[in-house]
Amino acid sequence: MSMTSGDAPFKLQIDVRDVSHTYRPARGHTVLALESVSLQIAPREFVALLGPSGCGKSTLLYLVGGFLPVETGAIEIEGAPVGAPGPDRGIVFQHFALFPWKTVRANVRYGLEKMGLARPEQERRAQGYIDLVGLKGFEESYPSQLSGGMKQRAALARTLAVEPKILLMDEPFGALDAQTRSLMQTELLAIWQKTQKTVIFVTHDVQEAVLLAQRVVVMSARPGRVKAVVPVGLDRADPHLVRTAAFGAKVDEIWSLVREEELKVR
Amino acid sequence: MPVAAVKYLPLLLLALAWEAVVRLGLISREVLPSLFDVLKAGWGLAREGELWQNGWASLYRGAAGLALAVVLGGVLGIAMAWWRTVNVFVAPLVEALYPLPKSALIPVTVLWLGFGDGSKILLIFLGCMIPVTVAAYNGARSSEQHLIWSARSLGAGRLRVLWDVVVPSALPELLNGIRTALALTFVLLVSSELIVARAGLGYLIGFLGDQGVYDAMFAVVLFVAFMGFFADRLCLLLTHRVLAWRE
Ligand SMILES: Nc1ncnc2c1ncn2[C@@H]1O[C@H](COP(=O)(O)OP(=O)(O)OP(=O)(O)O)[C@@H](O)[C@H]1O
Ligand SMILES: [Mg+2]
Repeated sequence: MSMTSGDAPFKLQIDVRDVSHTYRPARGHTVLALESVSLQIAPREFVALLGPSGCGKSTLLYLVGGFLPVETGAIEIEGAPVGAPGPDRGIVFQHFALFPWKTVRANVRYGLEKMGLARPEQERRAQGYIDLVGLKGFEESYPSQLSGGMKQRAALARTLAVEPKILLMDEPFGALDAQTRSLMQTELLAIWQKTQKTVIFVTHDVQEAVLLAQRVVVMSARPGRVKAVVPVGLDRADPHLVRTAAFGAKVDEIWSLVREEELKVR
Repeated sequence: MPVAAVKYLPLLLLALAWEAVVRLGLISREVLPSLFDVLKAGWGLAREGELWQNGWASLYRGAAGLALAVVLGGVLGIAMAWWRTVNVFVAPLVEALYPLPKSALIPVTVLWLGFGDGSKILLIFLGCMIPVTVAAYNGARSSEQHLIWSARSLGAGRLRVLWDVVVPSALPELLNGIRTALALTFVLLVSSELIVARAGLGYLIGFLGDQGVYDAMFAVVLFVAFMGFFADRLCLLLTHRVLAWRE
């Protein structure tokens, strides 16, 4: 049975309804990280998540990824309750989480191995994504031998290589210099347009959010709630988009929302 | 190897000092035979084959006991970290046995398995098992949550994660524990052979001491010290090999 790629069989790819999350560490006090968060994301949508530090952005990604149990509310992926983590939901962790005992190549190949691809195919695909993130020549390096930005790109390659339908990205370009960041943004957009992925993209950079996303979700200070959802609706084909007045206005609009919340944290 | 030569210079000085104090008559030869005599006696033991015969017996016991401890202790420690129920049952046992002086088990193992290899192997196994288990447990517990999550989201099942993430995460600590266990192996080996055995380097030391052949006795003591030193170096080398990714 084949599905036509243009036509999704479900209306919502990710449906977060009224989700709260409380951390109960063994020591220290409990923390209400998320409170009644609802968020509906359509197939092939690109959503950016903005909010002050500690407002629960990572927590929300972990819940959607299936890493943390959904205790209050519900999260559905393609109409079914979110299950154990798997390669359908790729995640790029904020702190990379590369296997330190594996080389860059072995890290990127890991998911492909688990998919059961033949060895030459694994190698070919891993190399493709290593080249894509600009780590050619560092295939045999261990993470401890890489800079922060290089580690981040290796982690990016590892996640992209398994070609997940849903991409959960936790400040994936946070450690990159402006130049590399801009290159990676372009690559991500190209991949997204070509492969029709659904993306949740956490960032602290309002410009980046407006540049990449179709909708920007602004979260409130802890406990995290959805403060506003701002549709972007800009013409991404325009090569000078960043310099247009419309782009600037959108950035300003979102900036003021974010700033309100950041001031609360202080 | 000028660096190595400099590093072991103090050892050479100590050897010279040893020879000097004995020759100058500062210490009686009854208490400390001259290094030269010791080496000569050692050469004699080596030629007659006694050194190798007993060395081999000790090596076999030590290696067997330690290997058993490493395999079973490693598995047990990691299992304790991964499955709560294992931890609930095993942790109290480990805690109770941890402070027990392992040499106290010498008569027990002899009672069970007699004077031969079996009792020594069991003793070393029991003694080394605890530090290895504790090291494996602590190492496995330190595995980073996000690495486990990474593996899961890249398609690894729960058991696969145990092998792919928890075991390598435990390695640095585990190897440290193995090094401790290695030192303990020598202690238990020699002391148990000294007390009850009919072969082994510890037995040879005791035998030569009883006979009053002190230069030969010292030679065996030196031989044991060198064996311990080389075993430790080998262990370090292996550790650096296995943990090459760390730097
Ligand atoms: N394992 C944990 N145990 C206890 N509290 C936690 C834990 N992880 C996160 N928290 C708390 O939950 C809140 C949300 O954390 P989270 O990491 O989701 O924030 P964030 O929005 O991703 O922040 P940042 O932008 O700094 O990455 C924080 O206040 C944090 O202190
Ligand atoms: Mg975060």
